[in-house]
Amino acid sequence: MKIVTGNDLKTGDVIWWTGKGWSRHYGEAVDVVDAADTVIASESAAQRVNAAYAVDAEASPNGPLPLHIKDRVRAAGPTVRADLGINPAVPIVKG
Amino acid sequence: MYQYDQYDQAIVDARVEEFRDQVKRRLAGEITEDQFKPLRLMNGLYLQLHAYMLRVAIPYGTLSGKQMRMLGHIARKYDRDYGHFTTRQNLQYNWIKLEDTPDILADLASVEMHAIQTSGNCIRNISSDQYAGAAADEVADPRPWAELLRQWSTFHPEFSYLPRKFKIAVIASEEDRAAMRLHDIGIELVRRDGVLGARVFVGGGMGRTPMIAPEIAEFVKADDLLSYVEACLRVYNRYGRRDNAYKARIKILIHELGADEYRRQVADEFAHVKTLGIDPPLAELERITAYFAPPAYEQGISDDIDRSDPDFALWLDQNVKAHKQPGYAIVNISLKPIGGIPGDATSDQIDLMAELAEKYGFDELRVTHAQNIVLPHVAKRDLYAIWQALDAAGLANANLDLVSDIIACPGLDYCSLANARSIPVAQKIAERFADLDRQRDIGELKLKISGCINACGHHHAGHIGILGVDKKGIENYQLTLGGSGAEDTSIGKIIGPGFDEDGIVDAVERAIEKYREVRTPGERFLDTYRRVGADVFKGAIYG
Ligand code: HEM
Ligand code: SF4
Repeated sequence: MKIVTGNDLKTGDVIWWTGKGWSRHYGEAVDVVDAADTVIASESAAQRVNAAYAVDAEASPNGPLPLHIKDRVRAAGPTVRADLGINPAVPIVKG
Repeated sequence: MYQYDQYDQAIVDARVEEFRDQVKRRLAGEITEDQFKPLRLMNGLYLQLHAYMLRVAIPYGTLSGKQMRMLGHIARKYDRDYGHFTTRQNLQYNWIKLEDTPDILADLASVEMHAIQTSGNCIRNISSDQYAGAAADEVADPRPWAELLRQWSTFHPEFSYLPRKFKIAVIASEEDRAAMRLHDIGIELVRRDGVLGARVFVGGGMGRTPMIAPEIAEFVKADDLLSYVEACLRVYNRYGRRDNAYKARIKILIHELGADEYRRQVADEFAHVKTLGIDPPLAELERITAYFAPPAYEQGISDDIDRSDPDFALWLDQNVKAHKQPGYAIVNISLKPIGGIPGDATSDQIDLMAELAEKYGFDELRVTHAQNIVLPHVAKRDLYAIWQALDAAGLANANLDLVSDIIACPGLDYCSLANARSIPVAQKIAERFADLDRQRDIGELKLKISGCINACGHHHAGHIGILGVDKKGIENYQLTLGGSGAEDTSIGKIIGPGFDEDGIVDAVERAIEKYREVRTPGERFLDTYRRVGADVFKGAIYG
């Protein structure tokens, strides 16, 4: 599946496209199937997101989980500062 | 320390207001990200893996207590209560909000600081020796020259769109504490027959194609230095490649032209530039130099130190260095606690270091390229009080230049360009070697880790270097041995196939144990490696 992520324009927070808006929790992301470009174009134009891009994801107990390690670190927050992450329980390393 | 004159302050203040307006327009949707991105980067504001990241310039790594306090204040008020000191002697904040940035820049400007030219293809913050003005072995204080270069390069119209970024280092002693020859231009001040001048090295760098800068001029008179550097840049600006970012650094130009041809072209250009009157009049140079006059040292104070506290004595031996002034010493504050994040300091720690500088250190601090902090001028009688205060704040790590004094870039925990995480590897290695006796037995060992080939963590220059690579989506680590960023500059060599995170820690330990086995008395890891060669280590590491 494909999910869309980016950063909040004002705060820089990592955000995920929920189908209706943006969430700071990756698990609330929705599969955009083949609509990534449309979402990115309209949301960027509306200044609601910065540097948006689509990533491959897989289903997990907590909702869609990005496949690539870089996006997992974005979902988790810095792995060396669990106190700062908003989703520190994200499994980073694929086993 | 240098203090802004009215021009310095006016241009920095004007830039803050300009950026305030740009941010306002961006947030109102009047300009797009494509239009805004180059503007924010000119003010040090990146968009990184988790958030906006602000890189603050610390000119030649020198700070006053007030400036350091402001860094702590910003971390506390606008970020998440910490900052990251970098190998470029700068500071990065990892969690900055766009809407706060104009206020942050205004706060910085109020203490004569900014984030200008910390990004982009311009001349970046000048780096220098963290012991400048304190080291016994310097032929002159490099800071006035670094300051002169700072003023010359700030908003230099001709050099604001170079083919690629440009980094300059200035040192003034044979011992190189600033990785001078791994800069685009490395300047070593020297005296010849009593005349001050400089050896000029051009075309060094790390990144994807590491190169040691060849010597382009064996002696440029100090009076000609600015014109000479201008000529070096002009030749690069004209002929450096703009078609391919990977080939755009000056090191590639010099490699392709050859040092001799580049030197010839610079000489031609210099003959012309010298007629333009770029070099400062003596009065201006004296004005700048006056700011770096030695502090008011007390004369005739004792060199004796009470070493009865054993932990203090260990720190003294490892982290405190000789000062040129009798009765004084140079204090190194290691930002490398075992299991910590190299270069990170909390707001409270930043405040404490500022306070110690104000109270005991003539109000001066330095940031080192090894991501540590220095109090350059401290009376020996105050060392114990300083150590106690540092110790209470978790800052008395007695590991300077030892295996746990690791340089690590932010890596995949923070950086969007990364292939792999650097910080957890640094933490695991430090924990493996936590025993200070073992570290001291191993002796000087510079271990440096980068999370990708850009080499922000100087891995090429590590006695032991670690480079994170992406192996089919899994973090993997290559081991290099034999690098050095000191006066015996060398580039480390990849020793064999890579490792996973635990494997790399074991490999480092095997290499170090091999060194302990085969070293001769007085040899550092690097010396042994150079003497016995890579194969001995390869055998030990791969079995
Ligand atoms: C997290 C944001 C960062 C980004 C996006 C970034 C990007 C880069 C890039 C693209 C290069 C290679 C440039 C080239 O060869 O043309 C580079 C080199 C370098 N960076 Fe960074 N970097 C970052 C953070 C840092 C940090 C935190 C440090 C210090 C710890 C640092 C210090 C350096 C150094 C020393 C080099 C090598 C200089 C050379 O090639 O001569 N950078 N960086
Ligand atoms: S070396 Fe790579 S991973 Fe590390 S900070 Fe530089 S660009 Fe990022």
